[in-house]
Amino acid sequence: MSKNSSRRDFITRSAATGASTAATLTGAPAENASAAHIAPLKTANTTKYTSICPYCAVGCSVNIHTLGDKARNVRSAIVHIEGDPESPINRGTLCPKGASLEEFVQSDRRLTKVRYRAPGAREWTDLSWEEAFGKMAARIKASRDAGFEEKDAEGRTVNRLENVAMIGGCTDTNEINYLLGKFRFGLGILAYENQSRL
Amino acid sequence: MIVAKLIDTTLCIGCKACEVACQEWNDQEYTLGTFNGSYQTMPDLAHNFWNLIRFNEVERNGAQSWVMSKYQCMHCAEAGCIAACPAPGAITQMANGTVDFVHENCIGCGYCITGCPFDVPRLSPATKKVYKCSLCSDRTAVGLEPACIKTCPTNCLTFGERDELLRSAEIRTRELKADGHAQAGIYNPAGVGGTNVIYVLNDATQPEQYGLPKDPEIPWTVRLWKGPLKALGAMVFMGSILGAFFHYVIFGPQDPEKHGHPEEEPTHEA
Repeated sequence: MSKNSSRRDFITRSAATGASTAATLTGAPAENASAAHIAPLKTANTTKYTSICPYCAVGCSVNIHTLGDKARNVRSAIVHIEGDPESPINRGTLCPKGASLEEFVQSDRRLTKVRYRAPGAREWTDLSWEEAFGKMAARIKASRDAGFEEKDAEGRTVNRLENVAMIGGCTDTNEINYLLGKFRFGLGILAYENQSRL
Repeated sequence: MIVAKLIDTTLCIGCKACEVACQEWNDQEYTLGTFNGSYQTMPDLAHNFWNLIRFNEVERNGAQSWVMSKYQCMHCAEAGCIAACPAPGAITQMANGTVDFVHENCIGCGYCITGCPFDVPRLSPATKKVYKCSLCSDRTAVGLEPACIKTCPTNCLTFGERDELLRSAEIRTRELKADGHAQAGIYNPAGVGGTNVIYVLNDATQPEQYGLPKDPEIPWTVRLWKGPLKALGAMVFMGSILGAFFHYVIFGPQDPEKHGHPEEEPTHEA
Protein backbone atom coordinates (compact mmCIF):
# COMPACT_ATOMS: atom_id res chain seq x y z
CA MET A 1 0.00 0.00 0.00
CA SER A 2 1.44 3.36 -0.94
CA LYS A 3 1.95 6.03 1.65
CA ASN A 4 -0.36 8.40 -0.20
CA SER A 5 -3.36 6.13 -0.39
CA SER A 6 -6.43 8.07 0.47
CA ARG A 7 -9.05 7.35 3.03
CA ARG A 8 -11.42 6.46 0.19
CA ASP A 9 -8.98 3.80 -1.16
CA PHE A 10 -8.66 2.35 2.29
CA ILE A 11 -12.40 2.04 2.70
CA THR A 12 -12.82 0.51 -0.78
CA ARG A 13 -10.15 -2.07 -0.07
CA SER A 14 -11.57 -2.91 3.32
CA ALA A 15 -14.99 -3.40 1.80
CA ALA A 16 -13.62 -5.67 -0.94
CA THR A 17 -11.77 -7.78 1.62
CA GLY A 18 -14.87 -7.99 3.74
CA ALA A 19 -17.02 -9.03 0.80
CA SER A 20 -14.65 -11.80 -0.27
CA THR A 21 -14.42 -13.04 3.32
CA ALA A 22 -18.19 -13.12 3.52
CA ALA A 23 -18.39 -14.98 0.19
CA THR A 24 -15.95 -17.61 1.43
CA LEU A 25 -17.77 -18.04 4.71
CA THR A 26 -21.17 -18.44 3.13
CA GLY A 27 -19.94 -21.20 0.85
CA ALA A 28 -19.74 -19.33 -2.44
CA PRO A 29 -17.65 -21.50 -4.80
CA ALA A 30 -13.99 -20.57 -4.75
CA GLU A 31 -12.54 -19.79 -8.12
CA ASN A 32 -10.52 -22.64 -9.56
CA ALA A 33 -6.84 -22.18 -8.93
CA SER A 34 -4.98 -21.42 -12.11
CA ALA A 35 -2.44 -23.79 -13.53
CA ALA A 36 0.26 -21.88 -11.64
CA HIS A 37 0.42 -24.53 -8.93
CA ILE A 38 1.39 -27.28 -11.36
CA ALA A 39 4.99 -28.34 -10.88
CA PRO A 40 7.32 -27.49 -13.79
CA LEU A 41 7.95 -30.48 -16.03
CA LYS A 42 11.03 -32.36 -14.83
CA THR A 43 12.19 -33.00 -18.35
CA ALA A 44 11.57 -29.53 -19.75
CA ASN A 45 15.24 -28.53 -20.10
CA THR A 46 16.89 -31.90 -20.37
CA THR A 47 18.99 -33.44 -23.10
CA LYS A 48 17.51 -36.71 -24.32
CA TYR A 49 19.72 -39.68 -25.10
CA THR A 50 18.52 -42.99 -26.45
CA SER A 51 19.79 -46.17 -24.91
CA ILE A 52 18.84 -49.79 -24.31
CA CYS A 53 17.67 -51.19 -21.01
CA PRO A 54 20.50 -53.37 -19.67
CA TYR A 55 18.34 -55.99 -17.99
CA CYS A 56 16.78 -58.88 -19.88
CA ALA A 57 17.10 -60.06 -23.45
CA VAL A 58 14.00 -58.21 -24.68
CA GLY A 59 16.12 -55.09 -25.19
CA CYS A 60 13.65 -52.27 -24.62
CA SER A 61 14.72 -48.82 -25.75
CA VAL A 62 14.81 -46.05 -23.17
CA ASN A 63 15.15 -42.29 -23.28
CA ILE A 64 17.61 -40.94 -20.74
CA HIS A 65 16.95 -37.33 -19.75
CA THR A 66 19.99 -35.53 -18.37
CA LEU A 67 20.48 -32.05 -16.99
CA GLY A 68 23.69 -30.18 -17.64
CA ASP A 69 25.07 -29.16 -21.04
CA LYS A 70 28.37 -31.05 -20.78
CA ALA A 71 30.30 -27.81 -20.23
CA ARG A 72 33.77 -28.32 -18.79
CA ASN A 73 32.78 -27.33 -15.27
CA VAL A 74 29.35 -28.96 -15.27
CA ARG A 75 28.59 -32.46 -14.16
CA SER A 76 25.53 -33.92 -15.88
CA ALA A 77 22.90 -35.66 -13.84
CA ILE A 78 20.22 -38.07 -14.97
CA VAL A 79 16.83 -36.77 -13.90
CA HIS A 80 14.55 -39.26 -15.56
CA ILE A 81 14.52 -42.42 -17.66
CA GLU A 82 11.45 -43.67 -19.48
CA GLY A 83 10.56 -45.90 -22.40
CA ASP A 84 11.29 -44.79 -25.94
CA PRO A 85 8.03 -44.73 -27.90
CA GLU A 86 9.92 -45.01 -31.18
CA SER A 87 11.15 -48.48 -30.36
CA PRO A 88 9.09 -51.21 -32.04
CA ILE A 89 10.04 -53.54 -29.17
CA ASN A 90 8.49 -51.76 -26.22
CA ARG A 91 6.74 -48.76 -27.83
CA GLY A 92 7.38 -46.57 -24.79
CA THR A 93 6.47 -49.07 -22.11
CA LEU A 94 8.79 -50.52 -19.51
CA CYS A 95 8.58 -53.25 -16.90
CA PRO A 96 9.18 -52.39 -13.22
CA LYS A 97 12.89 -53.07 -13.51
CA GLY A 98 13.21 -50.90 -16.58
CA ALA A 99 11.11 -48.17 -14.96
CA SER A 100 13.58 -48.06 -12.06
CA LEU A 101 16.65 -47.47 -14.24
CA GLU A 102 17.27 -43.98 -12.88
CA GLU A 103 17.91 -45.54 -9.48
CA PHE A 104 20.06 -48.21 -11.07
CA VAL A 105 22.38 -45.48 -12.32
CA GLN A 106 22.50 -43.10 -9.41
CA SER A 107 20.87 -44.43 -6.28
CA ASP A 108 22.74 -43.70 -3.08
CA ARG A 109 21.84 -47.24 -2.01
CA ARG A 110 24.00 -48.78 -4.73
CA LEU A 111 26.85 -50.92 -3.50
CA THR A 112 30.13 -49.21 -4.28
CA LYS A 113 32.38 -51.46 -2.19
CA VAL A 114 33.12 -55.15 -2.16
CA ARG A 115 31.11 -56.93 0.52
CA TYR A 116 32.38 -60.18 1.98
CA ARG A 117 30.80 -62.77 4.23
CA ALA A 118 33.34 -65.26 5.48
CA PRO A 119 32.33 -68.94 5.56
CA GLY A 120 30.15 -69.48 8.62
CA ALA A 121 30.00 -65.79 9.49
CA ARG A 122 26.75 -63.92 10.07
CA GLU A 123 28.00 -60.47 9.23
CA TRP A 124 29.06 -58.89 5.98
CA THR A 125 32.29 -56.90 6.01
CA ASP A 126 33.88 -54.46 3.60
CA LEU A 127 36.84 -55.64 1.59
CA SER A 128 39.25 -53.67 -0.57
CA TRP A 129 39.44 -54.61 -4.24
CA GLU A 130 43.03 -55.89 -3.74
CA GLU A 131 41.96 -58.23 -0.96
CA ALA A 132 38.95 -59.39 -2.95
CA PHE A 133 40.97 -60.13 -6.08
CA GLY A 134 43.56 -61.93 -3.94
CA LYS A 135 40.93 -64.13 -2.30
CA MET A 136 39.21 -64.91 -5.60
CA ALA A 137 42.47 -65.75 -7.35
CA ALA A 138 43.59 -68.02 -4.51
CA ARG A 139 40.28 -69.89 -4.48
CA ILE A 140 40.09 -70.29 -8.24
CA LYS A 141 43.68 -71.51 -8.27
CA ALA A 142 43.03 -74.04 -5.49
CA SER A 143 39.86 -75.36 -7.13
CA ARG A 144 41.46 -75.53 -10.54
CA ASP A 145 44.52 -77.38 -9.23
CA ALA A 146 42.23 -79.86 -7.53
CA GLY A 147 39.77 -80.39 -10.35
CA PHE A 148 41.42 -79.75 -13.73
CA GLU A 149 41.12 -82.68 -16.12
CA GLU A 150 43.56 -82.83 -18.97
CA LYS A 151 42.43 -86.17 -20.35
CA ASP A 152 39.23 -88.08 -19.77
CA ALA A 153 38.90 -91.74 -18.82
CA GLU A 154 39.34 -92.84 -22.42
CA GLY A 155 42.52 -90.82 -22.84
CA ARG A 156 41.07 -88.04 -25.00
CA THR A 157 42.36 -84.50 -24.41
CA VAL A 158 39.56 -82.44 -22.81
CA ASN A 159 41.33 -79.73 -20.74
CA ARG A 160 38.21 -79.08 -18.75
CA LEU A 161 37.37 -77.76 -15.30
CA GLU A 162 34.14 -79.13 -13.92
CA ASN A 163 34.27 -78.00 -10.29
CA VAL A 164 33.99 -74.28 -11.02
CA ALA A 165 30.94 -72.56 -12.50
CA MET A 166 30.58 -69.03 -13.76
CA ILE A 167 27.55 -66.83 -13.70
CA GLY A 168 27.12 -63.61 -15.65
CA GLY A 169 24.61 -60.83 -15.17
CA CYS A 170 22.52 -59.13 -17.79
CA THR A 171 23.83 -55.69 -16.83
CA ASP A 172 27.32 -56.68 -17.94
CA THR A 173 28.41 -54.84 -21.05
CA ASN A 174 29.58 -56.48 -24.28
CA GLU A 175 33.19 -55.82 -23.32
CA ILE A 176 32.82 -57.44 -19.92
CA ASN A 177 31.09 -60.41 -21.48
CA TYR A 178 33.90 -60.80 -24.04
CA LEU A 179 36.47 -60.82 -21.24
CA LEU A 180 34.37 -63.22 -19.16
CA GLY A 181 34.24 -65.54 -22.16
CA LYS A 182 38.00 -65.40 -22.62
CA PHE A 183 38.53 -65.99 -18.93
CA ARG A 184 36.20 -68.97 -18.93
CA PHE A 185 37.81 -70.61 -21.98
CA GLY A 186 41.23 -69.98 -20.44
CA LEU A 187 40.30 -71.83 -17.29
CA GLY A 188 38.32 -74.54 -19.06
CA ILE A 189 35.05 -73.83 -17.23
CA LEU A 190 32.08 -75.62 -18.76
CA ALA A 191 29.23 -74.49 -16.51
CA TYR A 192 28.40 -71.00 -17.66
CA GLU A 193 25.10 -69.29 -17.04
CA ASN A 194 23.60 -65.87 -17.46
CA GLN A 195 21.10 -64.54 -14.96
CA SER A 196 18.97 -61.89 -16.51
CA ARG A 197 17.55 -60.81 -13.19
CA LEU A 198 20.87 -59.84 -11.57
CA MET B 1 -12.19 -31.87 -22.20
CA ILE B 2 -12.42 -34.19 -19.21
CA VAL B 3 -9.56 -36.67 -19.15
CA ALA B 4 -9.63 -40.06 -17.49
CA LYS B 5 -7.70 -43.19 -16.77
CA LEU B 6 -9.10 -46.56 -17.77
CA ILE B 7 -7.93 -49.56 -15.77
CA ASP B 8 -8.78 -52.87 -17.38
CA THR B 9 -8.19 -55.17 -14.41
CA THR B 10 -8.55 -58.21 -16.64
CA LEU B 11 -5.27 -57.29 -18.36
CA CYS B 12 -3.25 -56.51 -15.23
CA ILE B 13 -0.47 -59.03 -14.63
CA GLY B 14 0.62 -57.46 -11.33
CA CYS B 15 4.06 -56.43 -12.60
CA LYS B 16 3.93 -53.15 -10.61
CA ALA B 17 5.71 -51.15 -13.32
CA CYS B 18 3.15 -48.38 -12.72
CA GLU B 19 4.15 -48.22 -9.05
CA VAL B 20 7.82 -47.86 -9.94
CA ALA B 21 7.17 -45.31 -12.68
CA CYS B 22 5.05 -43.25 -10.27
CA GLN B 23 7.77 -43.31 -7.61
CA GLU B 24 10.46 -42.43 -10.13
CA TRP B 25 8.63 -39.59 -11.85
CA ASN B 26 7.47 -38.00 -8.60
CA ASP B 27 10.92 -38.42 -6.97
CA GLN B 28 9.49 -40.22 -3.97
CA GLU B 29 11.84 -41.31 -1.25
CA TYR B 30 12.50 -44.97 -0.64
CA THR B 31 10.69 -46.67 2.22
CA LEU B 32 11.63 -50.10 3.49
CA GLY B 33 8.61 -52.36 3.81
CA THR B 34 8.10 -55.62 5.63
CA PHE B 35 7.18 -58.93 4.10
CA ASN B 36 3.78 -59.99 5.32
CA GLY B 37 3.00 -62.96 3.16
CA SER B 38 1.70 -61.10 0.13
CA TYR B 39 3.22 -60.11 -3.19
CA GLN B 40 1.82 -56.64 -2.67
CA THR B 41 4.58 -54.03 -2.49
CA MET B 42 3.24 -52.14 0.50
CA PRO B 43 0.34 -52.89 2.84
CA ASP B 44 -1.26 -49.53 2.05
CA LEU B 45 -0.86 -46.20 0.29
CA ALA B 46 1.43 -43.65 1.97
CA HIS B 47 2.19 -39.96 1.70
CA ASN B 48 5.16 -40.95 -0.46
CA PHE B 49 3.51 -43.92 -2.19
CA TRP B 50 0.55 -42.89 -4.31
CA ASN B 51 -0.14 -45.91 -6.43
CA LEU B 52 -0.51 -49.43 -5.13
CA ILE B 53 -1.39 -52.62 -6.97
CA ARG B 54 -3.50 -54.63 -4.59
CA PHE B 55 -3.13 -58.38 -4.81
CA ASN B 56 -6.53 -59.52 -3.62
CA GLU B 57 -6.95 -63.20 -2.85
CA VAL B 58 -10.66 -63.91 -3.12
CA GLU B 59 -12.93 -66.87 -3.54
CA ARG B 60 -15.05 -67.11 -6.65
CA ASN B 61 -17.35 -69.98 -7.54
CA GLY B 62 -15.62 -72.10 -4.94
CA ALA B 63 -12.16 -71.53 -6.38
CA GLN B 64 -9.34 -69.34 -5.20
CA SER B 65 -8.89 -66.31 -7.42
CA TRP B 66 -6.13 -63.71 -7.46
CA VAL B 67 -7.39 -60.36 -8.68
CA MET B 68 -5.15 -57.33 -9.06
CA SER B 69 -6.44 -53.82 -8.83
CA LYS B 70 -4.78 -50.46 -8.98
CA TYR B 71 -5.38 -48.34 -5.91
CA GLN B 72 -4.89 -44.58 -6.25
CA CYS B 73 -6.84 -41.31 -6.28
CA MET B 74 -10.06 -41.74 -8.27
CA HIS B 75 -10.29 -38.05 -9.30
CA CYS B 76 -14.04 -37.98 -8.58
CA ALA B 77 -16.27 -35.56 -10.45
CA GLU B 78 -17.82 -34.55 -7.09
CA ALA B 79 -14.81 -35.03 -4.89
CA GLY B 80 -15.27 -35.64 -1.18
CA CYS B 81 -11.88 -34.12 -0.39
CA ILE B 82 -12.85 -30.80 -2.00
CA ALA B 83 -16.18 -30.84 -0.15
CA ALA B 84 -14.38 -31.36 3.15
CA CYS B 85 -11.42 -29.01 2.65
CA PRO B 86 -11.61 -25.81 4.74
CA ALA B 87 -8.48 -24.15 3.28
CA PRO B 88 -9.26 -21.98 0.23
CA GLY B 89 -7.35 -23.16 -2.82
CA ALA B 90 -5.72 -26.17 -1.15
CA ILE B 91 -7.56 -28.67 -3.36
CA THR B 92 -8.47 -27.71 -6.86
CA GLN B 93 -10.39 -29.39 -9.61
CA MET B 94 -8.75 -28.48 -12.86
CA ALA B 95 -10.65 -27.85 -16.08
CA ASN B 96 -9.76 -31.35 -17.27
CA GLY B 97 -11.30 -32.95 -14.19
CA THR B 98 -8.07 -33.67 -12.32
CA VAL B 99 -8.33 -33.23 -8.55
CA ASP B 100 -5.01 -31.79 -7.45
CA PHE B 101 -3.63 -30.73 -4.08
CA VAL B 102 -1.92 -27.34 -3.89
CA HIS B 103 0.48 -27.91 -1.05
CA GLU B 104 1.36 -24.30 -0.30
CA ASN B 105 -2.30 -23.73 0.62
CA CYS B 106 -2.70 -26.96 2.59
CA ILE B 107 -3.08 -26.43 6.33
CA GLY B 108 -2.69 -30.12 7.17
CA CYS B 109 -6.02 -30.49 8.98
CA GLY B 110 -6.64 -33.87 7.36
CA TYR B 111 -10.36 -33.24 6.75
CA CYS B 112 -9.92 -34.48 3.17
CA ILE B 113 -8.96 -37.88 4.59
CA THR B 114 -12.36 -38.00 6.31
CA GLY B 115 -14.13 -36.72 3.21
CA CYS B 116 -12.62 -39.22 0.78
CA PRO B 117 -14.89 -42.25 0.25
CA PHE B 118 -11.97 -44.19 -1.23
CA ASP B 119 -9.55 -43.54 1.68
CA VAL B 120 -6.80 -42.14 -0.53
CA PRO B 121 -5.15 -38.96 0.88
CA ARG B 122 -2.32 -39.51 3.35
CA LEU B 123 -0.81 -37.07 5.84
CA SER B 124 2.96 -36.74 5.81
CA PRO B 125 4.37 -36.79 9.33
CA ALA B 126 7.32 -34.67 8.19
CA THR B 127 5.63 -31.80 6.34
CA LYS B 128 2.20 -32.15 8.03
CA LYS B 129 0.55 -31.84 4.63
CA VAL B 130 -1.59 -34.27 2.71
CA TYR B 131 -0.44 -36.02 -0.45
CA LYS B 132 -1.98 -38.18 -3.15
CA CYS B 133 -1.84 -38.98 -6.86
CA SER B 134 -1.92 -35.79 -8.95
CA LEU B 135 -2.72 -37.64 -12.19
CA CYS B 136 0.77 -36.32 -13.11
CA SER B 137 -0.69 -32.84 -13.61
CA ASP B 138 2.77 -31.63 -14.65
CA ARG B 139 2.81 -34.19 -17.46
CA THR B 140 -0.80 -33.86 -18.58
CA ALA B 141 -0.42 -30.05 -18.68
CA VAL B 142 2.06 -30.42 -21.55
CA GLY B 143 0.19 -33.21 -23.31
CA LEU B 144 2.05 -36.20 -21.91
CA GLU B 145 0.20 -39.12 -20.35
CA PRO B 146 0.70 -39.89 -16.64
CA ALA B 147 3.81 -41.91 -15.79
CA CYS B 148 1.88 -45.05 -14.78
CA ILE B 149 -0.03 -45.08 -18.08
CA LYS B 150 3.08 -44.68 -20.18
CA THR B 151 4.98 -47.55 -18.62
CA CYS B 152 2.18 -50.17 -18.48
CA PRO B 153 3.49 -53.07 -20.60
CA THR B 154 0.17 -54.92 -20.98
CA ASN B 155 -2.01 -52.01 -22.14
CA CYS B 156 -4.08 -52.46 -19.01
CA LEU B 157 -3.90 -48.71 -18.38
CA THR B 158 -5.03 -46.17 -20.93
CA PHE B 159 -5.44 -42.42 -20.71
CA GLY B 160 -7.54 -40.08 -22.77
CA GLU B 161 -10.83 -38.33 -23.17
CA ARG B 162 -13.31 -39.62 -20.63
CA ASP B 163 -16.25 -40.26 -22.98
CA GLU B 164 -14.04 -42.12 -25.41
CA LEU B 165 -12.62 -44.30 -22.64
CA LEU B 166 -16.11 -45.08 -21.40
CA ARG B 167 -17.03 -46.24 -24.89
CA SER B 168 -13.97 -48.49 -25.09
CA ALA B 169 -14.76 -49.80 -21.61
CA GLU B 170 -18.22 -50.76 -22.85
CA ILE B 171 -16.73 -52.54 -25.86
CA ARG B 172 -14.34 -54.40 -23.57
CA THR B 173 -17.20 -55.37 -21.26
CA ARG B 174 -19.12 -56.83 -24.20
CA GLU B 175 -16.03 -58.81 -25.20
CA LEU B 176 -15.66 -60.16 -21.69
CA LYS B 177 -19.33 -61.13 -21.56
CA ALA B 178 -18.99 -62.92 -24.88
CA ASP B 179 -15.99 -64.76 -23.39
CA GLY B 180 -18.15 -66.10 -20.60
CA HIS B 181 -17.62 -63.48 -17.88
CA ALA B 182 -21.30 -62.77 -17.42
CA GLN B 183 -20.72 -60.44 -14.45
CA ALA B 184 -18.24 -58.20 -16.29
CA GLY B 185 -18.90 -54.50 -16.02
CA ILE B 186 -17.63 -50.98 -15.56
CA TYR B 187 -16.86 -49.36 -12.20
CA ASN B 188 -17.76 -45.68 -12.41
CA PRO B 189 -19.72 -45.03 -9.21
CA ALA B 190 -22.55 -42.51 -9.42
CA GLY B 191 -22.40 -41.63 -5.72
CA VAL B 192 -19.48 -39.29 -6.35
CA GLY B 193 -20.73 -38.11 -9.74
CA GLY B 194 -18.61 -40.65 -11.58
CA THR B 195 -14.86 -41.01 -11.31
CA ASN B 196 -12.15 -40.01 -13.73
CA VAL B 197 -10.49 -43.32 -12.99
CA ILE B 198 -12.68 -45.98 -14.57
CA TYR B 199 -12.29 -49.71 -14.02
CA VAL B 200 -13.31 -52.67 -16.13
CA LEU B 201 -13.95 -55.54 -13.71
CA ASN B 202 -14.67 -59.09 -14.70
CA ASP B 203 -17.05 -59.30 -11.75
CA ALA B 204 -18.66 -55.89 -11.38
CA THR B 205 -21.26 -57.19 -8.94
CA GLN B 206 -18.60 -57.48 -6.22
CA PRO B 207 -16.28 -54.47 -6.45
CA GLU B 208 -15.27 -55.13 -2.80
CA GLN B 209 -13.21 -58.05 -4.08
CA TYR B 210 -11.05 -55.48 -5.85
CA GLY B 211 -10.86 -53.29 -2.77
CA LEU B 212 -13.33 -50.80 -4.25
CA PRO B 213 -16.34 -49.63 -2.20
CA LYS B 214 -19.67 -50.72 -3.66
CA ASP B 215 -21.55 -47.42 -3.36
CA PRO B 216 -19.05 -44.72 -2.39
CA GLU B 217 -20.61 -41.53 -1.07
CA ILE B 218 -19.28 -38.38 0.49
CA PRO B 219 -19.87 -38.87 4.25
CA TRP B 220 -23.10 -37.18 5.43
CA THR B 221 -21.16 -35.53 8.28
CA VAL B 222 -19.03 -33.71 5.73
CA ARG B 223 -22.08 -32.69 3.69
CA LEU B 224 -23.83 -31.39 6.83
CA TRP B 225 -20.74 -29.62 8.16
CA LYS B 226 -19.88 -27.94 4.87
CA GLY B 227 -23.51 -27.32 3.85
CA PRO B 228 -26.29 -26.14 6.21
CA LEU B 229 -24.07 -25.91 9.30
CA LYS B 230 -21.54 -23.75 7.47
CA ALA B 231 -24.21 -21.30 6.30
CA LEU B 232 -25.75 -21.26 9.78
CA GLY B 233 -22.34 -20.62 11.34
CA ALA B 234 -21.66 -17.79 8.93
CA MET B 235 -25.03 -16.24 9.74
CA VAL B 236 -24.35 -16.44 13.49
CA PHE B 237 -20.88 -14.96 12.95
CA MET B 238 -22.16 -12.08 10.85
CA GLY B 239 -25.06 -11.57 13.23
CA SER B 240 -22.79 -11.24 16.24
CA ILE B 241 -20.63 -8.67 14.45
CA LEU B 242 -23.70 -6.71 13.40
CA GLY B 243 -25.11 -7.03 16.92
CA ALA B 244 -21.92 -5.66 18.44
CA PHE B 245 -21.96 -2.80 15.94
CA PHE B 246 -25.58 -1.82 16.63
CA HIS B 247 -25.05 -2.22 20.35
CA TYR B 248 -22.23 0.30 20.08
CA VAL B 249 -24.32 2.69 17.96
CA ILE B 250 -27.38 2.47 20.19
CA PHE B 251 -25.87 2.21 23.67
CA GLY B 252 -22.38 3.62 23.10
CA PRO B 253 -19.19 2.46 24.81
CA GLN B 254 -19.16 1.03 28.26
CA ASP B 255 -18.79 3.76 30.87
CA PRO B 256 -16.28 2.82 33.56
CA GLU B 257 -17.52 5.65 35.83
CA LYS B 258 -21.01 4.22 35.75
CA HIS B 259 -20.25 0.52 36.16
CA GLY B 260 -17.15 0.91 38.21
CA HIS B 261 -13.91 -1.02 38.30
CA PRO B 262 -13.40 -2.04 41.91
CA GLU B 263 -9.80 -3.21 41.43
CA GLU B 264 -8.77 0.18 40.05
CA GLU B 265 -10.36 2.24 42.78
CA PRO B 266 -7.84 3.44 45.33
CA THR B 267 -8.49 2.44 48.89
CA HIS B 268 -8.43 5.17 51.50
CA GLU B 269 -8.38 3.11 54.59
CA ALA B 270 -6.29 4.53 57.33
